[in-house]
Amino acid sequence: MRFETILALSLFSTTVAADEIWVTNEKDDTISIIDVESEKVIRTIEVGERPRGITFAQDYSVVFVCASDSDTVQVIDPDTGKVLHELPSGEDPEQFVLHPNNKLLYIANEDDAITTVVDVDERQVIAQIDVGIEPEGMAVSPDGKTVITTSETTNMAHWIDTETQKIIANTLVDQRPRHAEFSHDGSELWVSAEIGGTITVFDTDTKEEKAKILFEITGVHKDKVQPVGFEKTKDGKYVFVALGPSNHIAVVDPKTYKVIDYILVGRRVWHMAFNADESKLFTTNGVSGDVTIIDVESLKATKSVKVGRFPWGAAFRPTSK
Amino acid sequence: MILRVLVVALSFCLMATQIRAEENIQIGYLEQIVPRPPILSNLDEIPENEGFAGAEIGLSDNTTTGKFLGHNYALQKQIIEEGGDVLAAAQAMLKESPYLLLNAPQEIISQIAKLPEAENALLFNVSSRETKLRGEACSANLLHTMPSRTMLSDALAQFSVKKRWSKWALIHGAYDADKSYLAALEKSAKKFGVAIVEKKQWNFDADMRRNAAQEVPLFTQDFPNHDMMVIADERGDFGRYVIYNTWIPRPIAGSEGVVPSAWSASVEQHGAAQLQSRFYKEYGRQMRPIDYAAWAAVRTVGEAVTRTNSADLDAVKSYILSDEFALGGFKGRPLTYRKWNGQMRQPIVLSHARAVVAIAPLDGFLHQRNELDTLGLDQAESSCATFTE
Repeated sequence: MRFETILALSLFSTTVAADEIWVTNEKDDTISIIDVESEKVIRTIEVGERPRGITFAQDYSVVFVCASDSDTVQVIDPDTGKVLHELPSGEDPEQFVLHPNNKLLYIANEDDAITTVVDVDERQVIAQIDVGIEPEGMAVSPDGKTVITTSETTNMAHWIDTETQKIIANTLVDQRPRHAEFSHDGSELWVSAEIGGTITVFDTDTKEEKAKILFEITGVHKDKVQPVGFEKTKDGKYVFVALGPSNHIAVVDPKTYKVIDYILVGRRVWHMAFNADESKLFTTNGVSGDVTIIDVESLKATKSVKVGRFPWGAAFRPTSK
Repeated sequence: MILRVLVVALSFCLMATQIRAEENIQIGYLEQIVPRPPILSNLDEIPENEGFAGAEIGLSDNTTTGKFLGHNYALQKQIIEEGGDVLAAAQAMLKESPYLLLNAPQEIISQIAKLPEAENALLFNVSSRETKLRGEACSANLLHTMPSRTMLSDALAQFSVKKRWSKWALIHGAYDADKSYLAALEKSAKKFGVAIVEKKQWNFDADMRRNAAQEVPLFTQDFPNHDMMVIADERGDFGRYVIYNTWIPRPIAGSEGVVPSAWSASVEQHGAAQLQSRFYKEYGRQMRPIDYAAWAAVRTVGEAVTRTNSADLDAVKSYILSDEFALGGFKGRPLTYRKWNGQMRQPIVLSHARAVVAIAPLDGFLHQRNELDTLGLDQAESSCATFTE
C-alpha cells in the first residue's frame, strides 16, 4: 500500500517539470541548482559575495539570498537567475526569515549584533533591533506573532514581538546557538547549540525549557558532534539535525526527543532542504563541497552531488506551479 | 536546574523590569611592563595595548549579554611601569574586586597569588607560558587562559608525528625563556616519540640581516639528517633568518615557520573570522595570543555570571571548575578548565603568517578523558598539590 503511494507520487512528480533544490556556495559566490529527479546540477548562477541564507517567497516568484560580504540581500528571479534588485540589509547578513505576511524579512546581521527588519515591497528598513553578539539563527512562529534571533556569542534566543519589533524575552541556551525553528503547530521552539552539542526545546507559551536533546555517535568525540541546521518533516515523524564536523545527520523523534538514527553524509554538514513530498533530503556539506541526498523512507544516504565551494544554505523550489 | 531558575527569573523580569536584581561585576586588569632586550630585526612592534585590548573585547561581549540579564560589567586597568610596585597595585585592586587578570612574568604572578588579599580571589594568568606555574608553583586561586609551553610543544610534536617528520634538529637562543621552551620541546619529543638528532645554541651576535645567507648554512651544515628544524627563539631574535637559509631544505617550526600558539591572525574557522574582525575594527591590528587569553579570561567570568546569575566569587569559581562550564572560544571545541591545575583546555593552533596548517589535538591522538588533555600537563603527571576542587 505504502509502496503504491510512493509510486503514484513519483509518477506524478515526473509528469510535471522537475522540482529543484537551490544551494548557496559560500566560497564561490554562486548558487548550484539541483534537479530533484535527475539529482544533477542543472544550472549554476552567479550571486553576490559569500551567499549563505536562502529562502523563496511563499509564491516562489522570487528568491532571497543573503550575500554576506556584499552586505546585501539579493532578490533574484528564479526563472532567469537574474538579480532583480537588492534589499538594504544592514551589515553582514547571514540568515533571515520571511514573515508569513510575505512582506517583512527579518535578517540577522552577524557582525553588528542587530536584527534588521526589511519591508520587501517598499525595500526599506523598518526597524533595527539590538540583539546579542553574532546573531545567526532566525525563526518565525507559524502565527507570525513571534520572531526568534539566536546569538552565537551571547548564547541566547531573543524573542521578538512582530507587532512592536521589540524583544519581549531572552532565554539562555547552550554555547554557540546556530539555528532555530518552531514546530509546525507553533507550540515548541527548537534551538541548536553548536559548541554546547545540544538542541534545547522551549515551550512557546511559557518560554521555559521543555527538553534537551543530546547526541552521541560511536567513535566520534562529543566535542565534534556539533548540531547546526535542522529540518522537521510535516508529518511530525522526524527532525533531521546536521551535526557539522562529525559528518553525520541525526534523525530525532520529535515526540520523545530521542535520536533514532545517525546517517553518514559529507564533511561539515550545515543545512538541508526537503523535496516536495519530503521523500528526499538534501544536505549541504561545507568542507567536501557536495550535497548528500538522503532517502527519508529508508533513512539512507543514496547519493552525493558535487556543487561549488563551501555549500551552506539550501532551499526547495517547485517548478510545478 | 540553574537554567530553569534563570528562565523563571527572566520571565519574571519581563513582567516587572524595574525590580529585577542587578548584578555589578568588576574585573581588574593588571599589567607589569617588562624590559624587552633589543632584537636583530627592526620590524616588530609590540602593540601597547597587547592583552588589554582582548580584555576590552571580552568586556564588550559580556556587556551585550549582560544587558539582557541585568548584569553590568566593568574593567579596571592598571599598568605598572618597570620598577613600579606591582604588589601594592595588586593589593589595592583585589580590595575592589576578586576577579583579576594578570599580564606579568611568572615570578610576579606567583607573588601576587600568595598575597593575603588574593586568598579570596580568582586570578587569571593571561601571559605566562611557564609550565611550572601549572605544576609545582601552581596556586588554587590562579587560572591560566594562556597555554603553557608544554601545551605548545606537545601540539608541535603531534603535528610532527602526524606528518611523519619524526626527527628534529633544534636551535635555541641563550635566554631563559628559550631554554624553557627547549626543555618543553625535549619533553614533548619524548612523550610522542620524536627523535632529537641535534641541539645547538645560537650564540651569534652578528647582524643577521646582512649575513644570514652566509652564517646559517655553516651553522646547520654539520646537523645530522633531520625531517624538521625546530627553533626556540621566544623573542623573535634570530629564528626568522634561519628560514630558507639552512644547509639542507627542511620545514621550520617552533618560534618560526609553523608556530604553535593560542591564537594567530590566520585563524578563521569556527566563527573566528568574526572575533578577528571585531578586534580589527576596534584596534586596527591583528589579535595576538595574549589578547586571546585576556579575552577568554573576561569571557570566563562573564559566562559563569550569566549561567549562575550571580557575581559571588564562590558561586562563580565553583561553576567555572564544574562539569557544567563550557566556553565557546572560536576554536571548534568548548573551552573548559583542568581541575588539577586551573589550566584552560584549548585547541592549539599551528600556523604560519598566512594560514592555519593544523589544529591540535590532531586526529588520532586519543585520551580517556578529553582529547585536549593530550596537550600539556595531564592529571597523572601533575605536581600541583594545592589545587583542590
